Amino acid sequence: MRVSRTVTQRIAFALLTAIMALTVLAILAIITYIFWNGLPAISLEFLSAMPSNGMREGGIWPAIVGTVILTIGTAVIAVPIGLLAAIYLSEYASDSPFTRTIRIAIVNLSGIPSVVYGLFGLALFVLFLGFGSSILASCLTLAIMTLPVIISTAEEALRSVPQSFRVVSISMGGTRWQTIWRIVLPQALPGILTGVILGLERAAGETAPILFTGAAFFLPQLPQSIFDETMALPYHLFVISTQVPGMPVQLQYGTALVLLIFVLAMNLIATFIRSYFRRKRQW
Amino acid sequence: MVRNRKLYEAIIQFLIRVCGYSAVLFVAAIFIFLLQAGLPALVEIAPSSLLGLRWYPITTQYGLLPLLYGSFIITFGAAIFSIPFGIATAVFIAEVAPRWMREVLKPFVEILAGLPSVVLGFLGYLVLAPLIRTTLNLPTGLTALTGSILLAAMALPTIVSVAEDALDAVPKSYRDGALALGATKWQTIWRVTLPAARSGVLTAVMLGVGRAIGETMAVMMVTGNAAQIRWDGLFYPARTMTATIAAEMGEVASGDVHYRVLFLIAIILFLITFIVNLIASSMLIRAKKRAERMLS
Amino acid sequence: MVKTASRPKILVENLSVHYPDGTESLRNISLQIPKNAITVLFGPAGGGKSTLLRTFNRLNDLVEGTRYSGKVLLDEQDILSPALDLVALRRRVGMVFAQPVPLPMTVRENMTYGLELAGERRRRNLDRAIEEGLQAAALWEEMKDRLDEPAHAMSGGQQQRLCLARVLAQQPEVILLDEPTSGLDPISTAKVEDSLQSIKKKYTVVIVPHSVQQAARLADWAGFFYQGDLIEWGEGKNLFVAPKEKRTEDYVTGRFG
Repeated sequence: MRVSRTVTQRIAFALLTAIMALTVLAILAIITYIFWNGLPAISLEFLSAMPSNGMREGGIWPAIVGTVILTIGTAVIAVPIGLLAAIYLSEYASDSPFTRTIRIAIVNLSGIPSVVYGLFGLALFVLFLGFGSSILASCLTLAIMTLPVIISTAEEALRSVPQSFRVVSISMGGTRWQTIWRIVLPQALPGILTGVILGLERAAGETAPILFTGAAFFLPQLPQSIFDETMALPYHLFVISTQVPGMPVQLQYGTALVLLIFVLAMNLIATFIRSYFRRKRQW
Repeated sequence: MVRNRKLYEAIIQFLIRVCGYSAVLFVAAIFIFLLQAGLPALVEIAPSSLLGLRWYPITTQYGLLPLLYGSFIITFGAAIFSIPFGIATAVFIAEVAPRWMREVLKPFVEILAGLPSVVLGFLGYLVLAPLIRTTLNLPTGLTALTGSILLAAMALPTIVSVAEDALDAVPKSYRDGALALGATKWQTIWRVTLPAARSGVLTAVMLGVGRAIGETMAVMMVTGNAAQIRWDGLFYPARTMTATIAAEMGEVASGDVHYRVLFLIAIILFLITFIVNLIASSMLIRAKKRAERMLS
Repeated sequence: MVKTASRPKILVENLSVHYPDGTESLRNISLQIPKNAITVLFGPAGGGKSTLLRTFNRLNDLVEGTRYSGKVLLDEQDILSPALDLVALRRRVGMVFAQPVPLPMTVRENMTYGLELAGERRRRNLDRAIEEGLQAAALWEEMKDRLDEPAHAMSGGQQQRLCLARVLAQQPEVILLDEPTSGLDPISTAKVEDSLQSIKKKYTVVIVPHSVQQAARLADWAGFFYQGDLIEWGEGKNLFVAPKEKRTEDYVTGRFG
């Protein structure tokens, strides 16, 4: 008995829809579950107080501060280098074997496991350069890890600016850099920002790169300099959920929720920037 | 004034160029430092011992096979879940969903991509592992299977976005031609669009698998971290290369044998992901060139 | 070769232009562009007209590997010299392209862009340049109250005239136009052509028209280009009414196109 084509199509589409629905539901379930179990733990005290009683009570303020510091530090290092590299690839580089090597290198960097970055950071920044286990070493490690994302998205944003603008600017006596600075960069800015925020979102949530380079579980006070270690939300969550016996479950969910909100907020901001400026585009 | 401007431009161009080259510099630096720290292990331990079946650093047994096996089986399990799910989701988003739905679904997948590995590991540890233990009647829920499920969730967004791009890149004329010949929408997708996007979808899968191999925290939290090789290993604890490094690095003294072997494992990971990403990206470039040629 | 009365604005001697793939776009061209007149470069596609136009402001340099041989003198200065200050050249020789390209800014910012590139910051000078440029392109009445609106919100005809006004604001000496009215309606086209007739008193205009009729309407001097060669060159009235070469006549009368 031959199954008719329309029946096949209905089955196929039903299956696809089911899979899609399952995926969406799973994502929603994860987020809802963490909110449901974590929200009761959220209070002003939880967010702003120092931990006590071996982390089993009190707040996670230093972990929040630490994550913020690490994210900003990563941005300060990775954004200028990544943006200039993207400008090089989009506006200056010709299609030569060396340029292709650069692109291969970028793809490579994006595929390196985060724990390998952690080991590299340990070998180079902590040991070889002698920075020790510090915010500086962690930020440098996270920055190199974030670089490929920033370069790729920034380059794409720059390339999407119409070539005709550049030609007009050059024909009016503009130099290449003037053209980039006055026209290309401002027009590509929303796309670049989106990429930067998404890259930093990943850096904020990563544990392995900071494991051996600057993250600590218990610190009596906030870091005083970039050569100090720091607490951080991802590492904190990892330790309290797997290494600390007798840790109240609610506080674990609370910590997970704070990290989740931090990451989701960045995601939302990036998505908003992207769609808002797409509508306002002048070309 | 003009000379100032020219100097200014020259400096900026120099900085731009240096940053442009930086990616190559960093890859080289990473590779060199890994080699410098890890290669001596090959001298200090007999290679045959590295190929042993037991990983017990405490008794100086550094057999890498259980770790390779652990990485392999967990990644394999993740692939089995994420590849069909990923491709199906990509097909749905690219070909079946109406425009408004696409604009909702794509951010959703991006949210999944943004979930930190430690958060998924956390949920896996508290919720998924006990669930698996009770449903499958196992001694512990911290198994390779648990890790595979989490890894599948993490590899999914990569597969979906790259595959969706590949499907999008198939020229509209292909679809229109098939429909004009009387094919149904599904027949068009199955027989025309998907095969046309074949290499892009393959690339998506490779990149997703590459991502899975490199995952650390989620697997470390839910796979039980027992370095063993069993034929039914999927339902028992296992240990990946990545988890080994993360778990044991804190306990080693810089320069001793254990330290060097961990770097050796890192070299292996670096090479695996290097090769996988190299193949995947060259396929992407070749597909893009082919598309440009056809459309020009 | 017909010579013009006074010194030519641009003197071209044995110019050949080679593209990176080796093909020759222009073969041994010699001509003189007279001052304060409209010179028309016309002919079928692939003739080399655009290449010649873009040689005058060295815009061909944007295609890597383009090579020139021969001489092109702008007021006695060899503009093919590798040591030439391209920025200065492009301020003296402005260009309007086939598609209107309003920069993604306001009308005002479009008009002042060229001056700001050169470092001009004084409000008075900028405002004066805006008004004079828009006047010369017959846009002032339409635009004077809309200066701070985004330029891309203007109609196609207005955008293209804005592109002309933008070039005029830089006070160049030569204005190059590459099929400037190909996308415009007849009314806008007429407005552009009228502007050109009035600005030619102060500037040297070189235009690649998009039709033979436009060429005949505008030309004080004209050159017919075919596949990289200059077939015929002469005063506008003569070339279209009584061409000397058969190929010119065939093209002008529409026997091929």
